[in-house]
Amino acid sequence: MATLVGAPVRRREDPRLITGRATYVDDIKLVGMVHAVFIRSPYAHAKIARIDLREAKAFRGVLAAFSGEDLHATGWKASLPVAHKMADLKAPPHFPLAVDEVRFVGEAVAVIVAADPYAARDAAELVEVEYDELPVVIDIEKAAASDAPLVHRDLGTNVAYTLPFKAGDPDGAFAGADVVVKQRIINQRLAPVPIETRGVVARWDAGAGRVTIHSSTQIPHLLRTQLSLVLGLPENKVRAIAPEVGGGFGAKLNVYAEEAVVAWLAMRLDRPIKWSETRSECFQAMIHGRDQIDDCEIAAKRDGTIVGLRLRILANLGAYHQLLTPVIPTLTMLMAPGPYRISNVDIEVKGVFTNTMSTDAYRGAGRPEATYLIERLVDLVAQKLELDPAEIRRRNFIEASAFPFTTATGLTYDTGDYATTMEKALQLADYSSLRARQEALRKEGRYLGIGLSTYVEVCGMGPSAAMPAAGWDSATVRVEPTGSVTVLTGISPHGQGEETTFAQLVADELGVPIENVEVVHGDTDKVQYGVGTFGSRGSAVGGSALKLAIETIQAKALKIAAHQWEANPDDLEYRDGSIRMRGDPSRSMTTAEAGFLAFMGDKLPAGLEPGLDATRRFEPPNFVYPFGTHVCVVEVDAETGRVKIERYVAVDDCGKVLNPMIVEGQIHGGIAQGMAQALYEEVVYDEYGQLRTGTLMDYAVPHAEQVPHFELERTVTETTVNPLGVKGVGEAGTIGSTPAVVNAVMDALAPFGVTHLDMPLRPEKLWKAMAPRSNGKVPA
Amino acid sequence: MARIEVEVNGTRHELEGIEPRLLLVHFLRERLGLTGTHIGCDTSSCGACTVLLDGKSVKSCTMFAVQADGRALTTIEGIASNGALHPMQEAFWAQHGLQCGYCTTGMILSAVDLLRRNPNPSDAEIRSGLEGNLCRCTGYENIVKAVRAAAAALAATGGAQRFEEQKRSGELVEVGGG
Repeated sequence: MATLVGAPVRRREDPRLITGRATYVDDIKLVGMVHAVFIRSPYAHAKIARIDLREAKAFRGVLAAFSGEDLHATGWKASLPVAHKMADLKAPPHFPLAVDEVRFVGEAVAVIVAADPYAARDAAELVEVEYDELPVVIDIEKAAASDAPLVHRDLGTNVAYTLPFKAGDPDGAFAGADVVVKQRIINQRLAPVPIETRGVVARWDAGAGRVTIHSSTQIPHLLRTQLSLVLGLPENKVRAIAPEVGGGFGAKLNVYAEEAVVAWLAMRLDRPIKWSETRSECFQAMIHGRDQIDDCEIAAKRDGTIVGLRLRILANLGAYHQLLTPVIPTLTMLMAPGPYRISNVDIEVKGVFTNTMSTDAYRGAGRPEATYLIERLVDLVAQKLELDPAEIRRRNFIEASAFPFTTATGLTYDTGDYATTMEKALQLADYSSLRARQEALRKEGRYLGIGLSTYVEVCGMGPSAAMPAAGWDSATVRVEPTGSVTVLTGISPHGQGEETTFAQLVADELGVPIENVEVVHGDTDKVQYGVGTFGSRGSAVGGSALKLAIETIQAKALKIAAHQWEANPDDLEYRDGSIRMRGDPSRSMTTAEAGFLAFMGDKLPAGLEPGLDATRRFEPPNFVYPFGTHVCVVEVDAETGRVKIERYVAVDDCGKVLNPMIVEGQIHGGIAQGMAQALYEEVVYDEYGQLRTGTLMDYAVPHAEQVPHFELERTVTETTVNPLGVKGVGEAGTIGSTPAVVNAVMDALAPFGVTHLDMPLRPEKLWKAMAPRSNGKVPA
Repeated sequence: MARIEVEVNGTRHELEGIEPRLLLVHFLRERLGLTGTHIGCDTSSCGACTVLLDGKSVKSCTMFAVQADGRALTTIEGIASNGALHPMQEAFWAQHGLQCGYCTTGMILSAVDLLRRNPNPSDAEIRSGLEGNLCRCTGYENIVKAVRAAAAALAATGGAQRFEEQKRSGELVEVGGG
C-alpha cells in the first residue's frame, strides 16, 4: 500500500497555525502570573561597582528584584552548563546573573518581577548600576595575542582551547605541489533571528515540590536535565514543556540564563512568572552563529588534483561557553575536505574568548564554514589553473563506488554520488549556454557570474560516542483500545512537520487512517526521554526510533493474530498495513483489531502481556551525509554594485524522502538563510563592544523581494545508516547556498581581477571593487 | 485611563481603563485574549503583528489601543467564516506556505490586504507587496505560491469584489472591509 510515505501530504500542524489558535510561550496565561524583566549591561567589559535596586523595589506592582550577588547571597551559586568532551577546555564560571564583572553588552545583571510587564519595564528604569569600565577585546586575532586584555582574568589567556590535527603527509604534499593558493577567508558573525524570540513561563507547585517550565526550546528533555542540576532539584521534580515554538535554527538548542532565573524566581516567589524577550534583547543575548577567521592554503597538481589542505581556524567563542559553544568550530575541521579526495591535511582550531555574546549552533553549525572555505578554495585553484569550476570538481570528487569512504579527518561518509548530482544541476541550469552568454555579455560591459557549490554535510546527529551528550532518540507507539494510534516522539519539532511525516509512516505501516494518528512531543511529563530537534536529526534518528517501535508493534500483533487463527506466527506477515496469512488471502486482521484483542486481554497467547504499545530507542551507528550541487547565476551591476540573482538551481540528495513538499520547504528556507549570509547579514560590534546591529532595522534579514525563485530537483541515494534510508535536510540548503552565491559574484567580478571578497557582498563593497575599471572601460 | 469602543471580528467591545500607552497588539492579546496576533520585534520591522484596521493592514505594535477607538479591526481569528477557512488560509495550507507558523498570521493578513489592492498580482508584485513581513523559515517561495493560488481562487469565485460583498452582507465574519 505505502501510499502516504513519499507523498506531499498537507501538514497536520497547519490548521491551528493558520487560524491563530496555536499556543506559543507568550500566549500562555496562568492564574496569578507576574512578569520578569532583565536589566542588562550597557558595557562590554566592566566591574560592577554597585547595583541599587531600592527605588525599583518600591515601585508600584513590583514584587521582587535581585542582582547576581543577591542570588549568591541566597545560596544559589549555580553556573550554566557547557556540554563537551574536550580534555583541556578552559571553562570559566557562567552565572545566570553577572557577579562582580560583566563581559558583553546585554549580559543580565539583575531581574525585576512586577504584576504587569509595563510596570516591570518602568521599574527597570529605576535601577541604578555603577560600572567601572575594563579594557575590551572584540577582534579575534587581538584576543588570541599574548598581550590581549583578558575576558576572564583568572584564566590567564583568552584561548579556551587549541586543537591540532594532521593526517597523511601535508608538508610533503605542499612541497611537491604544482600550485599552492593561500587565502584568508572570513566567516562573519550572524544572528539566528527566529521570528519568535525567546520566552519562558515557569510555575512552582509548592504542594508537589515541582517546577514546570514552558520554554521556547528545541530540547525540552535536555533542558529538564540541565535545569534540575542548575536548580538543585531531583530531575523528576522538573517538568519542561516546549509549546508551539516559532523557529529555532539552533539558537534554541541551549540552556539560557533566563530559563534558569525565571524557574528559580517561580520557586522563590511561589508565583507563575513570565518572561518575554524583546527583539533587541534577542540580538544581544541569544547566541550568535559563525564568526571565524580561516587562514587557508590548498595545494594542487597541474591537472587540478588537490593534494593538500592547511587550515588555521580562529573561532570567536564570545564571552562565555553556552551549551555547545566550543564544539561548533570542531565541525568545521571535520568537514573541511568536503566531497573531495584530500588525503593530506594539517588543521588547527583555536577557540578564543572575546567581549561579545557567545557563538553556538546556528543552522549548519560549523559545517557552513567548512563548505564555504573549501568551495571558495576549489574555485581559486580552478581560476589559477584556468580550469572550469565544474571540471576541477569532477576531477576531485570521491567516486560513487568508493562509499563508505573514510576521510582524512576520520569521518566515514555513508553513501553518495556527487558527480551525478552535479551533472544533473549543470544540465538543469544549462551550464554551457550560461558560459557562452557570460562571454557575450562581458563584451557589452555586463557582468554575469555563475557560481557552483558542491557540498556534503554531516548530520543526523548522531552516534552517542561522537556527541557531547547522548545522540540517540526515542519513540513510543501506542495502539489505543479503540484503534487510534498515539505516537510519543523524543524529538521536538518546531516547523519541521514531523506531526505529519511521522503520522504518514504510522498510517502506512500499521494501516491506520492518518486522521487516527496523533503525534505528541515536547512535554517531559508526557513523552519518554528524547534528545530533541537539531542537527537535522528528526527523521534520521527520531524517525528511525519510530520505525523500530512500529516493528515491535507489528511483531506483537502477528502473535495476537496467529493465536486467534491457531496458526504459527511465522506464517503471518504485515502486508499493505494489515496482518495476512501467507498463502491464504481470505485471512486478514487490522492493527486496530489486534489492538482491541490486546486490550481485552482474554484471548492472548500464554505469556504474552496485554496491551499493544512499544517504546524503542535508536542509536545511530554513524552520522548521515546528505549532499548536493547548487548553481547560482547573478548579474552584478558595475554602476551600482547591486547583485541580481537571475537563477538559483539546487539539486539535493537527502536520501529517501518521506514528504517531498516538506523536504522542499526545508531546502527553500535553508537556501534563503545561506544566501542572506552571502549578501546581506552581519552582526557588527564596534571596538567598544557596542552592538551596532541591535534591531531588525540594522540587521538585514531578507524580505521576499531579496530572495529569488528557487528551482529544485533531487537525486535519491539512500543511507545504510538507519532503517528508513533517510538522511537530513534541515541544514543542507544553508550549507550549500552561501558558497554558490559568493562563487557566482566572484565569477562575475573576475574581469576586474578580483579573486576574493569577504561576506556580506553588499553593493558598496562590490562597487568599490569594480569602480576602478567601470568608468567606460570594459575589462578584457 | 481611557475608554474605547472598537469592533473586533464583528463583535463590539466597550472597554474602560485603557492605559493611553497600551499598544494595540497588547490590547488584542492581553485584554481580548486574541493571541493569534504575534509580536516579533520592537521596531515595526517584522509584520508578525499585522491586523486589518477598517480593512487595511496595519502593524498593531505601532498603534496605541486608544487610536483604534471607533474603528473596526479584523484579526486572524476573524477571517474564517462559519468554519470555512478564508481562501488565503486555505492557500497557505495547501502550498506549504508556513513552517513554524509564527509569522504566518500576520503574513496572511498582509496578503489579504495585498489582494484587496491588487487582485491579480505578478510574482514580483507579491514579493514587493509583502515587504513589511519577515519570514525566516520558508525562503518565501511557497508564500508567493500561496498568494498566487489565493488570488486565483478568489478570481474563480468572483474575486475580491465578491469577497467584499460577502463581508458586507455578513456572510463572512470579517468586518469593515474597505
